[in-house]
Amino acid sequence: MNYQSQQVAKPYFIAALLLFAGQIVFGLIAGMQYLDGSFLFPALPFNIVHMSHTNLLIVWLLMAFMGAAYFIVPEEAQTELYSPKLALITFWVFFVAAAATLLGYLLLPYSKLAAMTGDAILPTMGRGYLEQPLPTKIGIVLVALSLLFNITMTLIKGRKTSINLILVGSLWGLALLFLPAFYFPVDTVKASYGWWWVVHGWVEGDWELILGSLLGFILIKITGIDREIVEKWIYIIIAMTLISGLIGIGHHYYYTGAPAYWIWLGSVFSALEPIPFIMLIVFAFKILAQRRREHPNKAAMLWAQATPIMAFLGAGLWGFMITLAPVQYYAHGTNFTAAHGHLAFFGAYAMIALSIISYAMPLLRGRTANSLAAQHREMLGFWIMAFSMGVMVLALTGAGIVTVYLQRAIDNPLPFMQVQEKSRVFFEIREAGGAVFLLGLLTYLSSFFVAGEYTYDDEAKKALKA
Amino acid sequence: MSTANVSLDMPDPLPGDLAIWIFIFAELVVFGILFIAYAVARSTHVALFDAAQLAINRVFGFINTWLLLTSSYFVVRATQAIRNDRRQICAYWLTAAMSFGAMFLLLKLIEFHQDASRGITLSSNLFDMFYLSLTFFHFMHVVMGMIILSVVTYKAYKGRYSAANHTGVETGASYWHMVDLVWVVLFALVYVMH
Repeated sequence: MNYQSQQVAKPYFIAALLLFAGQIVFGLIAGMQYLDGSFLFPALPFNIVHMSHTNLLIVWLLMAFMGAAYFIVPEEAQTELYSPKLALITFWVFFVAAAATLLGYLLLPYSKLAAMTGDAILPTMGRGYLEQPLPTKIGIVLVALSLLFNITMTLIKGRKTSINLILVGSLWGLALLFLPAFYFPVDTVKASYGWWWVVHGWVEGDWELILGSLLGFILIKITGIDREIVEKWIYIIIAMTLISGLIGIGHHYYYTGAPAYWIWLGSVFSALEPIPFIMLIVFAFKILAQRRREHPNKAAMLWAQATPIMAFLGAGLWGFMITLAPVQYYAHGTNFTAAHGHLAFFGAYAMIALSIISYAMPLLRGRTANSLAAQHREMLGFWIMAFSMGVMVLALTGAGIVTVYLQRAIDNPLPFMQVQEKSRVFFEIREAGGAVFLLGLLTYLSSFFVAGEYTYDDEAKKALKA
Repeated sequence: MSTANVSLDMPDPLPGDLAIWIFIFAELVVFGILFIAYAVARSTHVALFDAAQLAINRVFGFINTWLLLTSSYFVVRATQAIRNDRRQICAYWLTAAMSFGAMFLLLKLIEFHQDASRGITLSSNLFDMFYLSLTFFHFMHVVMGMIILSVVTYKAYKGRYSAANHTGVETGASYWHMVDLVWVVLFALVYVMH
């Protein structure tokens, strides 16, 4: 860590990890409710649990991205952050607002929450991922503006590297793409346009640019490769992301009342969306293979190397499986989507967030890297999480296949609940996978409490042993 | 041993920056998939495609093909010029290439306007949808190529390239040729083939 003001990233990262743990707990409860519909009812109905699970995901990722921005922008600009104080105030505002929103979900019926928070004045509530009450949505905008003001001012007074320009630019995009969340007309076709502009605009557009810049930053730092080479790759990957992703939004418009040409445009362009992820893998492995030094933070390297692979599998491959219109005709709204959603969010965004946390946290704690013992614990956590996520995703895919076949494709389709019952074994495996994931997460979190920092003595001892 | 000798004797097979070739490859994959989609759609609606094809402006398409091919030739001359260290000449050829590129864009805009007034829209029929999407997508690539060429041209006028250092010119030229190549296939496929 070269600049004192980078320290403001620390509370963001810690809060992100806490919210991540909360997300997983709600995920486990929701998974249990698939097996026993009355589990924790009426205290925690499924819709509230599901909403808390997905909203916590978004909030912790935003926390991690903001922390990453406060860490990276000063370092790249080679200057102190414009206002560390503002960054800290923003953190507490965001954290308290997120906690208050979650309490609102848990303690009040959703309709009452909507009535209390002015949803009648400007209706915005009720769409997946965008369930937040109006004051929270406005709060998100204000927090984003505060972040953007702070990092843009930092960028203006400092060095303007490509990584920084892409990161700050894509965070501006993140804020702008949130604005359609305030557009919720009665017309369901138009409402679904607005919804996808936010959701698709984020995860299949703008966030991929954030992913690219974070990965680029980490790779420059741990490999010592010329930034010129890294930047060229990032630019090409961004270009491909936008070429495929912008029109690729059409895959959300099938059969929604949108014009029929989206069936072709959405199918073709979204089928191209895996390309930038393939390029990301080639890029990461090429850069790592050419590395000029051995960075002691092996854990960060593992995260950075695994992110593009898992992102390709989750966003690229599992996304492609369901993206073509004739396939989507049968697979729409099944657990195929849940499988894709889980692996894509984990593989692309949770993992890049954990990558930057893995790289930055030791530095924020005043060391180049954690002790080997801590790193081994962290890597064990990585493997458990990655493996159990794989189990969950395969189970959900299995459930998706059962639904598509028994409920939709065969001549005498079975009713929904009968098909759910027949998929039960997959939901059991999914829940077991989820439990192991929590174990992996706890293992990962415990690595922060393994004492000591990396010393070259450890390395020497290890070398002698071998 | 022998492979090492071969690679030493061989001239660098790819002019320009390697990065642009990765990008070109990805772009060709994108257009390739679009062309395959067009072929699949056409194979199931041959009569419709043949009929609808008559409504688009083939003369403009032909002139545009000529403009892009000529522009590509100018870019070749620019590359040759800079290899011989004729810096000012290189800048002139690049300017000529860009002005032909601009004429392409202008003509294509007029054509889009004509199409709109003739009722050719994304929803009018399947052929029109492909015709408009493919040509508009290619149009955006010409715009992208023009942006790249304008940077290269600016640098050429400033004398930043020389016989020893002209990767930038080759990089821009390679991308411009790709835009041209794709148009030639597109023209044949969408405007001509019946």
